[in-house]
Amino acid sequence: MVSKDNNNKKSEIDVGYVAKLARLALTADEIKRLGKQLNDILGYIGKLNNVDTAKVQPTSHVLPLKNVERTDKVVPSLRIEETLKNAPLKENSFFKVPKVIE
Amino acid sequence: MNYETVIGLEVHVHLKTASKMFCGCSTKFGSPPNTQVCPICLGFPGVLPVINNKAFSLGIKTALALNCRIAEFTKFDRKHYFYPDLPKNFQISQYDKPFSHDGFLDIETAEAVKKIRLKRIHLEEDAGKLVHKEEDDYSLVDYNRAGIPLLEIVTEPDIGSPSEAYEFLVKLKNILEYLEVSNCNMEEGSLRCDANISVRPIGQSELGTKIELKNMNSFKAVRQGLEYEAERQTAVLKEGKKIEFQETRLWDSEQLVTYTMRSKEEAHDYRYFPEPDLPPVVPNAALIEEIRKTLPEMPKQRRERFIRDYALSGYDAQILTKEKKLADFFEACLKIFNKPKIVANWLMSDIAAALGSKGMSIGEVSFKPQDLAEILGMIESGAISGKMAKELLKESIDTGKRPAEIAKVKGLSQISDKSAISAALEKVLSMNQKAVSDYKTGKGTALTFLVGQVMKETKGKANPALVNELLKKRMGGA
Repeated sequence: MVSKDNNNKKSEIDVGYVAKLARLALTADEIKRLGKQLNDILGYIGKLNNVDTAKVQPTSHVLPLKNVERTDKVVPSLRIEETLKNAPLKENSFFKVPKVIE
Repeated sequence: MNYETVIGLEVHVHLKTASKMFCGCSTKFGSPPNTQVCPICLGFPGVLPVINNKAFSLGIKTALALNCRIAEFTKFDRKHYFYPDLPKNFQISQYDKPFSHDGFLDIETAEAVKKIRLKRIHLEEDAGKLVHKEEDDYSLVDYNRAGIPLLEIVTEPDIGSPSEAYEFLVKLKNILEYLEVSNCNMEEGSLRCDANISVRPIGQSELGTKIELKNMNSFKAVRQGLEYEAERQTAVLKEGKKIEFQETRLWDSEQLVTYTMRSKEEAHDYRYFPEPDLPPVVPNAALIEEIRKTLPEMPKQRRERFIRDYALSGYDAQILTKEKKLADFFEACLKIFNKPKIVANWLMSDIAAALGSKGMSIGEVSFKPQDLAEILGMIESGAISGKMAKELLKESIDTGKRPAEIAKVKGLSQISDKSAISAALEKVLSMNQKAVSDYKTGKGTALTFLVGQVMKETKGKANPALVNELLKKRMGGA
């Protein structure tokens, strides 16, 4: 997704690829404009590469929380009318979607 | 040149919890579509998933039984892909920090015991279910299954043949059933298996190009699919060609072939990142030890104990412990009728046959250990004959009625009351004077004839051993 050069400073983002993964249809102009913006953002974030993190533990979460759990208890689900309320297409109590074939 | 097959398996197992992995919706199978869903499992914005602690404990229990190490730190990650069975467009799974790793399972091959290493076991949520009808140009989605806790068990590529893969799966299912962590029902999708398979010339150290194989709905299908793939790949290599690229193929259980799956997504770039809504888990050492203590006796230990304590043959012990419920039934029956070999024989012959004809297993019928004990007790006291017992057993399994009740209604009882037999006996003796004198002159066959006549007179209900004894007594020694 992102290619880094040897100096680990400059990054180039493949906007077309990212857009495809996100299912976004972008015009050539949009790719150019958004590409610049995204690269600016990456450049800004890239400043972190200048920090010495040799002695810092990697963090996956920013909050000092762990082991938040619930007991295995069933609670009522939504009523079917509510569940399907926002569905653009439905059939009986199913959501209906364009055909997918494996 | 000779070739060898290298196989790795990925097994997905539904954990036996009442509620889903991250929300309180029920996991019950077979409910009307989309009736067990909520904003969390439907992936609405702003909701907060919370880990089901039972699912986590069942996962640890399984990992311990499979000799895995439990991670000191574990977290959940989002795995992104677009497919309508995934309401959030990402699946909550575990990427680089699975909760357990580096285990093994021993399987028995024709030659020896072989260790199959387990790379990792992680927790994730299941996706929904898609229904396609051939004639329609749309698909239907049921999200009841979305969010059900799923355990993914991944082996190292240590499996050397399709039959080893089959053996591994049978063994694994056996253990999962003993642990009571999953229903392991392949038809309901609570146990599923995908495989990676490649072929290489014997002696070559690097692996061949692997093919991922899916859509195998039974262990038999796994074996057949792998056999087909091993042959197909070997044939390609033998022609001097190569397996050009990694791909996913599906098993067609009707045509008995594999075929290329149209790609779900051209690029398999899942863009994993830590699930921000779920704080990491640091498994508590005391909890792990507590779970370790709850590990039940495993199939192998139970088999050895059956041989040792009940003097059963290795073969009998193997059959009886193959299914936990059958082994439990056996031992429960012994508590009432303590003759292991007799109980074992009935379980493996008549009961197995009656269950087989119904296509059911011992846990699925209302026939209970006390019912079998009752029947065996009736044989032993002479109340019924062995033949009657078989009839009784079959009817009890078929109808679910208690054996004593059936015996009463059908008049199935053996006459073991001397006075009740003696009337018939006297009648037979007076009508068969010749046989009596034959017997007295030493003709052994005359006794057999007379026993037969008494049995006939009592419509087969007299206890033959008793009739024999009474006749001898009445006629005096030969």
